Amino acid sequence: MAKKLRAAIIGPGNIGTDLLMKAMRSDWIEPVWMVGIEESEGIRRARDFGMKVSTSGVDGLVPFIEEDNIQIAFDATSAYVHAENSRKVNEKGVLMIDLTPAAIGPYCVPPVNLDALLKEGRKDNVNMVTCGGQATIPMVAAVSRVQPVEYGEIVATVASKSVGPGTRKNIDEFTRTTAGAIEKIGGAKKGKAIIIVNPAEPPLIMRDTVHCLTKDKPDQAKITESIHAMVKDVQKYVPGYTLTNEPVFDGNRVTIFLQVEGLGDFLPKYSGNLDIMTAAALRTAELYAEAIAAGKIA
Amino acid sequence: MDLQGKKVTLHDMCLRDGMHPKRHQISIDQMIDVATALDDAGVPLIEITHGDGLGGASVNYGFPAASDEEYLDAVIPKLKRAKVSALLLPGIGTVDHLKMAADVGVTTIRVATHCTEADVSEQHIGLARKMGLDTVGFLMMAHMISPEHLLEQALLMESYGANCIYCTDSAGYMMPHDVTARIELLRARLKPETELGFHGHHNLALGVANSMAAVAAGANRIDGSAAGLGAGAGNTPLEIFAAVMDRMGAETGVNIFKLMAVAEEKIVPMMDHIVRVDRDSLTLGYAGVYSSFLLFAKRAGQKYGVPSQDILLEMAHRKAIGGQEDMIEDVAMELAKKRA
Repeated sequence: MAKKLRAAIIGPGNIGTDLLMKAMRSDWIEPVWMVGIEESEGIRRARDFGMKVSTSGVDGLVPFIEEDNIQIAFDATSAYVHAENSRKVNEKGVLMIDLTPAAIGPYCVPPVNLDALLKEGRKDNVNMVTCGGQATIPMVAAVSRVQPVEYGEIVATVASKSVGPGTRKNIDEFTRTTAGAIEKIGGAKKGKAIIIVNPAEPPLIMRDTVHCLTKDKPDQAKITESIHAMVKDVQKYVPGYTLTNEPVFDGNRVTIFLQVEGLGDFLPKYSGNLDIMTAAALRTAELYAEAIAAGKIA
Repeated sequence: MDLQGKKVTLHDMCLRDGMHPKRHQISIDQMIDVATALDDAGVPLIEITHGDGLGGASVNYGFPAASDEEYLDAVIPKLKRAKVSALLLPGIGTVDHLKMAADVGVTTIRVATHCTEADVSEQHIGLARKMGLDTVGFLMMAHMISPEHLLEQALLMESYGANCIYCTDSAGYMMPHDVTARIELLRARLKPETELGFHGHHNLALGVANSMAAVAAGANRIDGSAAGLGAGAGNTPLEIFAAVMDRMGAETGVNIFKLMAVAEEKIVPMMDHIVRVDRDSLTLGYAGVYSSFLLFAKRAGQKYGVPSQDILLEMAHRKAIGGQEDMIEDVAMELAKKRA
């Protein structure tokens, strides 16, 4: 049995709690600390799960990093405080997985570029892009690995109840970061992202539409095969990731329709947008843990 | 209804909402031609952007004949009195688009959200106000919630800095008493200096009646479109509304005969199809569906052999909101599978 990497989760809100529940099932990650800035429901929940807790932020964790052998941290707080959190744990040699949109480290969409990141060796910080990015960039990449994509555009429709105040206050950050990652990770020459927040009751399950404009006429058979293979890769960590219809080909346009249902650990199933973030972050941490155990990364 | 002496600001939509029935293909020359004619008719405010607002250029909504910046930059210097507004939907457009619009001379920014999601507009409304722009909060699909809920959302936008709040009937679903209830409550509870507006669609042929109700209840800005050129069955036909205001003794400051000429001689000949209450646009108003879904449903219906009316009703059933055009092809495919 491989040695689990011991982890701290920063941010005891909905995302942090969902991540904790997933991590507790992991063969590779052992959650040890939950970090908050005050007593809260999330801190109490973490305590009930047997976690050590800090209610004085990352500063409350830092003195214990060595003695508890914390090697990995997840930040589920906000972009505003992320850089400081990351700096403090990096100083102690801890790898930071960033679930905020701060994006100070390289983007990571596990089935697309995690292998490449692992080959680069140790990182201080990797960033999980955005929920819409995690849901859609695998599909852009599934097309661009077959043939050049001139333009990739995604439309993410999410349930109003799954969109927190941080995203709402800076929704431009979602569109900008996602568009950038469609280019950098998805492999499209130009990227665009659109987000729709729908208040329907009962809440709708996250839906995504991915439009790619290929440079030359799309090879339908190869692209369809590539898309199905990529869906299977994402399903390894998000079983509710499915195509609602077969891809549509129209001239140079390839359109892919997706639905993302969450596991319903702490977050409700409709919020596949949040589930895919916590699942992708954990997946990233697990593959780092495997690489470290295999001696591929020091 | 006594509207005698009321001052009403008319806001023309044919170069923005009118982009929907034109599939965003209005040329720069047509934009200049229509905008200068509206200016000459005394229309004080003209909206110009992609139909889905700044940054709307996309596979999803359609690529326009020219960029927002090209349109605005070409038209604004040609206007003598009229001011130009730009629409911005957070989630589609960003503050970068907003800054661009202000740089090329846009003086009114209208930040549009679904009626329950006002809090995604804080960053855009805040910035627009800080930049000294006339800043409008535009609450879309306002028929979907109660007047009290709409007020709560309007208060948020007002608190971010909006100096005008719109009750937007994006689906053309409202009846005059719905408009009255909403505008009256907003008028009673928002700051007295906050202006109120109404944006109608003519899907139940109530654009003019609803706008009259809005003015009677305290709105002072009314959106309309010359010859009604707009999504669905179009917007409130501006020349008709102006004529009605004139008859009622309200003051709009426009020359109604010149406005009629713009509608008749410039807009109607520009139409790709006659914008009217047909079966599909009536369905929008009847079932409460976002008006710009119309042509998408017609196209998808044709492609997949499904009645477009069925697609629109299914979109209503799924509680789709503005911007979810991407769902239409998906729904059409599912309906086609069920029929097979």
